[in-house]
Amino acid sequence: MTLLAVERIKLFSTRSPYWCSALALVLGVGLTAIIAASTDNGQLSIGVTQFGSSQLALSVVLVMAALAVTTEYRFSTIRATFLAVPNRTSALVAKTVVVAFIAAVLGEIIAFGSVGMAKLLSPASDLAINTSGEWRHVAGVGLLYGIGAIIAIAVGILVRQTAGAVAILLVWNMLLEQLIGIIPKAGVKIQAWLPFMNANHFLQLGGDNTAEQAGAGIDFKLSQWGSLGYFAGVAIALLVVALIVAKRRDA
Amino acid sequence: MIEAIGLTKRYGRTVAVDDLSFTVQPGRVTGFLGPNGAGKSTTMRMILGLDRPTAGRVLIDGKPYTELHRPLQTVGALLDAKWVHPNRSARAHLRWLAKSNNLPKDRVDAVLEAVGLTQVAGKNAGGFSLGMSQRLGIAAALLGDPKVLLFDEPVNGLDPEGILWIRTFMQNLAAEGRTVLVSSHLLSEMALTASELVVIGRGKLITQSSTQEFIDSATGNTVLVRSPQLSKLGPLLVDKGFTVRDGADGALSVSGATSDQIGDIAAANGVVLHELSPQRGSLEEAFMQLTGDAVEYHAEIGK
Repeated sequence: MTLLAVERIKLFSTRSPYWCSALALVLGVGLTAIIAASTDNGQLSIGVTQFGSSQLALSVVLVMAALAVTTEYRFSTIRATFLAVPNRTSALVAKTVVVAFIAAVLGEIIAFGSVGMAKLLSPASDLAINTSGEWRHVAGVGLLYGIGAIIAIAVGILVRQTAGAVAILLVWNMLLEQLIGIIPKAGVKIQAWLPFMNANHFLQLGGDNTAEQAGAGIDFKLSQWGSLGYFAGVAIALLVVALIVAKRRDA
Repeated sequence: MIEAIGLTKRYGRTVAVDDLSFTVQPGRVTGFLGPNGAGKSTTMRMILGLDRPTAGRVLIDGKPYTELHRPLQTVGALLDAKWVHPNRSARAHLRWLAKSNNLPKDRVDAVLEAVGLTQVAGKNAGGFSLGMSQRLGIAAALLGDPKVLLFDEPVNGLDPEGILWIRTFMQNLAAEGRTVLVSSHLLSEMALTASELVVIGRGKLITQSSTQEFIDSATGNTVLVRSPQLSKLGPLLVDKGFTVRDGADGALSVSGATSDQIGDIAAANGVVLHELSPQRGSLEEAFMQLTGDAVEYHAEIGK
């Protein structure tokens, strides 16, 4: 518990998490606002409210999580941390827990904020969250952010510098996994096992809306919750590797 | 007490620290002296468990650093004053450190007071001058009221006032019975601060001794003698087996004798003395003599 408090103090005594959170909120909810404003009143559905949260805002949250580690390396406060807490694994796990938790809460705020924004701008549309699929589609964003933050932290620990970690995360999430689909035949099969593709699969509403959503046309072998588990598994595996490396490496 | 036993660190083929053994005793300031690149900082990082030794080990009060429970209560270290987040306030920096070792909150204010940073505690550490950063680093080191303190080049780049402050501060810490290890490549500074020296060059131990012994052993004793009757005194000294050379301004430089011995001889023979002064070798001379070929990077002077 002490270590969690330490990481909380560290995170909230600098400004970058506030700025990143605000930016993620503006981008996530803002995109929904633009979509809502450009759609005829009454035509909006739950399926289009989460474009901003699950794509743009997610990237900002990944950057925020990576920054939580890479700035520690950049300013060598990681050494001060390891001096105060020689058990590096517990120090870094505490950081991961705090950042992932904040990312998850932020995800819920952005997801439900987006639905609220859509309701506000398109009052005639049916935007009630009724089915379990709709709940998963909206509330699941928080889970996605939390697990995404674990991946970002693991990459941050391994790469140790902001520019590198951010580049890897953004290219991976926004470009690489999409581009692999270009490979004839094999591409789609590979995509079924890529972590962020599976994350998007988890969010899919199913039914008529599927075609508009990310990850459409991929034949996933896992159930939607299975995909989430797979995404989480990749995140944990990466984190374990990062922790082992951090423990052996000279700080 | 700090105990290094056969400490070795290799980076690929480069040997940064080579089979280094020494002890640092409580109650005095121990200087850790060596030219740039001698392995001082690497050794300090190994003492603190940041770097993993290739071989050997180092113990603090009998335990490796990584096995200390709440290490800030045992060891305080200032390795680099810039190890702070520039956009975090000085107080917040100390607050998370205190929290990590379950130290009471009032310790933060106490150490800020001790180093004179209370006024600027709410300001971001990135805006601090080097002297202020150094004070913040010392505040962090003192947070857990530790028995063992390590400072890496603490006076580097400081103005005279800051240097004097740190020197007095470290001597007071040692006087309170703490173990204080200070690294420096500034020999004159060490002569004033440290009473004990661990001297290394190219990662190897050159000598461990008291500062006085170190200077005496390396430079030998010479006494400068000035007298209107040197022609009478000179041969008398040579007869006693001392080495006598002509010094500057017609004075004599006598090696191997103490000033007491020379004064006695002069009195016994009725020789008038105008000056009789023991020439203390400087730490620089001693150091150059001992580390002459142990410098990692050096340039020929005047060639």
